[in-house]
Amino acid sequence: MLSRRDFLQVAAATAALVPGGWSQAFAQQRLTQAELLRFEATGNVTLLHIADLHGQLQPLLFREPSINIGVGDAKGLVPHISGRALLDHYKIAPGSAAAYALSSEDFTALAKSYGRLGGLDRIATIVKAVRAERGDRVLLFDGGDTWQNSYTSLITKGQDMVDCLALLRPDAMTGHWEFTLGTDRVKELIEKLGFKFLAQNIRDTEWNEPAFEAMATYDRGGVKIAVIGQAFPYTPIANPRWMIPTWSFGIREDELRANVAKARESGADLVVLLSHNGFDVDRKLASRVSGIDVILTSHTHDALPEVVTVGKTLLIASGCHGKFVSRLDLDVRDKQVKGYRFRLIPVFSDVITADSEMAALIAKIRVPHEKMLGERIGKTDSLLYRRGNFNGTLDDIICDALLSERDAEIALSPGFRWGTSILPGQDITREDIYNATAITYPATYRTTMSGARLKEILEDVADNLFNPDPYYQQGGDMVRVGGMSYTIDVDKPVGNRISDLTVTRTGKPLDPAREYVVSGWASVNEGTEGPPVWEVVMRHIEKKRVVAAAPMSRIRVLQR
Amino acid sequence: MKRSFDRRQVLMLGAGAAAIAALGIPGGPAYAKNDYEEVIAKFTGGKTPTPSKVKLDLPEIAENGNTVPMTVSVESPMTPQSHVTDVLVVTDGNPRAGVATFHFSPASGIAEANTRIRLATSQNIIAVAKMNDGSFFTASKAVKVTIGGCGG
Repeated sequence: MLSRRDFLQVAAATAALVPGGWSQAFAQQRLTQAELLRFEATGNVTLLHIADLHGQLQPLLFREPSINIGVGDAKGLVPHISGRALLDHYKIAPGSAAAYALSSEDFTALAKSYGRLGGLDRIATIVKAVRAERGDRVLLFDGGDTWQNSYTSLITKGQDMVDCLALLRPDAMTGHWEFTLGTDRVKELIEKLGFKFLAQNIRDTEWNEPAFEAMATYDRGGVKIAVIGQAFPYTPIANPRWMIPTWSFGIREDELRANVAKARESGADLVVLLSHNGFDVDRKLASRVSGIDVILTSHTHDALPEVVTVGKTLLIASGCHGKFVSRLDLDVRDKQVKGYRFRLIPVFSDVITADSEMAALIAKIRVPHEKMLGERIGKTDSLLYRRGNFNGTLDDIICDALLSERDAEIALSPGFRWGTSILPGQDITREDIYNATAITYPATYRTTMSGARLKEILEDVADNLFNPDPYYQQGGDMVRVGGMSYTIDVDKPVGNRISDLTVTRTGKPLDPAREYVVSGWASVNEGTEGPPVWEVVMRHIEKKRVVAAAPMSRIRVLQR
Repeated sequence: MKRSFDRRQVLMLGAGAAAIAALGIPGGPAYAKNDYEEVIAKFTGGKTPTPSKVKLDLPEIAENGNTVPMTVSVESPMTPQSHVTDVLVVTDGNPRAGVATFHFSPASGIAEANTRIRLATSQNIIAVAKMNDGSFFTASKAVKVTIGGCGG
């Protein structure tokens, strides 16, 4: 097998000699659908898991984080190992297909070789193949964050995703961004879903009664399986509470313990938690709530090629944006998991055949918008991405747009973990911008804040990311900034992490007493006014024509 | 276009601001303290309560600091021979420490109460139970009041 260096050299040399596309074919000829789906079946149950699609129906580029810091007990553990260290940890050859799918290393070069991942039509092929192989032993789960964050999911209010997922026939789902469609729409979509929407941790605010079904049971391969749903516990804090005023969330450990006990009492052989807690919360939860055999984790977008075990509980992390399908085969006997086999299947879109039925539905959904979405609005000279604990390069462009188009001194942009990547030299299309901004509360506000208040906001969000106790974390990454830079010491206590706040334009320290003009988007407050953020960003890029940003140019990170 | 903050926004940011103002002293106490220790001492007559038997059910992060659901319960057979008589609930970060005192008798059946409390900022909530034999038990829980947004 060629080393990465040899491979890249060969690829580069041949790319120079033959017409474009040859190097991609070269990389992919070693990958086949049969190889990607190869799995030595085991036991009597197969769980398939997808999560955090964020409205993406098509194959895409998504760079995994190069910075993903763990704190407290999670320090130095997966998923808080990134880049080269992640490859070393899992003994993955640099330059390999797995390295490209799982890490940020050499992303630009490898993206040109291996192409896009994902596509619900490719996922459909995988699901059908596993069902054909395993018959009635299969359960398919959607971990949530499915119905929002692309253009078509925004304008159809999640209908495109619901219709496509219906073809996949999942057995259950749970949610987070789904709730940003508001109470009425969520209820309306669930009514016609055709499968279960489970959330044991949502109560009505008036009587504290369960607002959703907590659990569903299935018989597969002679095994009685109870699946409990756990929606994102901090939805009304991280996203607008006014959109779902009658629902209260939370981790609700005690209620979960009661549901696990109920499942066991009713004869369940296997108990699965379909969770949108985020990986660190689930890892802590697994150590405190006994009796859960498998946690299908999501929310924090981690793609882990191996199972993580906490006591007897198996934790699975299936990545995001349709890049992966998790397959977990379980040998369940005497109400115990006697053995298992796992594979995180990477959905290489040029290798896995598209399922024609799903492809046709996706095409039908996209046809009316395809021309507009494909319109070129500019070009990038550098790799644009969002994912990572601090400003990604795409966030820098968004913040630049807020500063110039809204005539602000400081820009704030949310640390969402979703959004697609754009390679250097590539055109930027309208769809690229929607992929990073499509939300139901997109108003770009313009207001004034004192320097002291800006620091307070950074400290508050930093604690939601770096509190040593995962139950006090909210998920999501650090708020992105424009017009200023800062140093962060992640190990310090709340209120003391942020220092060296500097106004970029003047090079002077941020004055706690002075009022600054601030522009931002995704305010969780009702009645926020301003143009939708995608308009602001598109206008900026159209004017600039060519944009570029260097990684981590605004933030210095300290960790002991 | 410039806009002013609405009342809720001001309240939310205000709550966050208060938290940070209190926490901004390097090396200082975790939270600005009120007189909660004195209130507890008055309740127990100076005895130090044992951290056991009491359970406080509160969210780790409040969805709305103005109305945080709280359940306090105490392990006790609640018989004439052995029962809880009073449960004091205080906070260490509100302007005033006192939240509520619940009174129980064997006729209560169980020693459990729930209500909604208001938290000005991130802080600890402390419950102290007085038993009919004059012993005291306690539990505490930290609740974070955050500005919100930016998740996901």
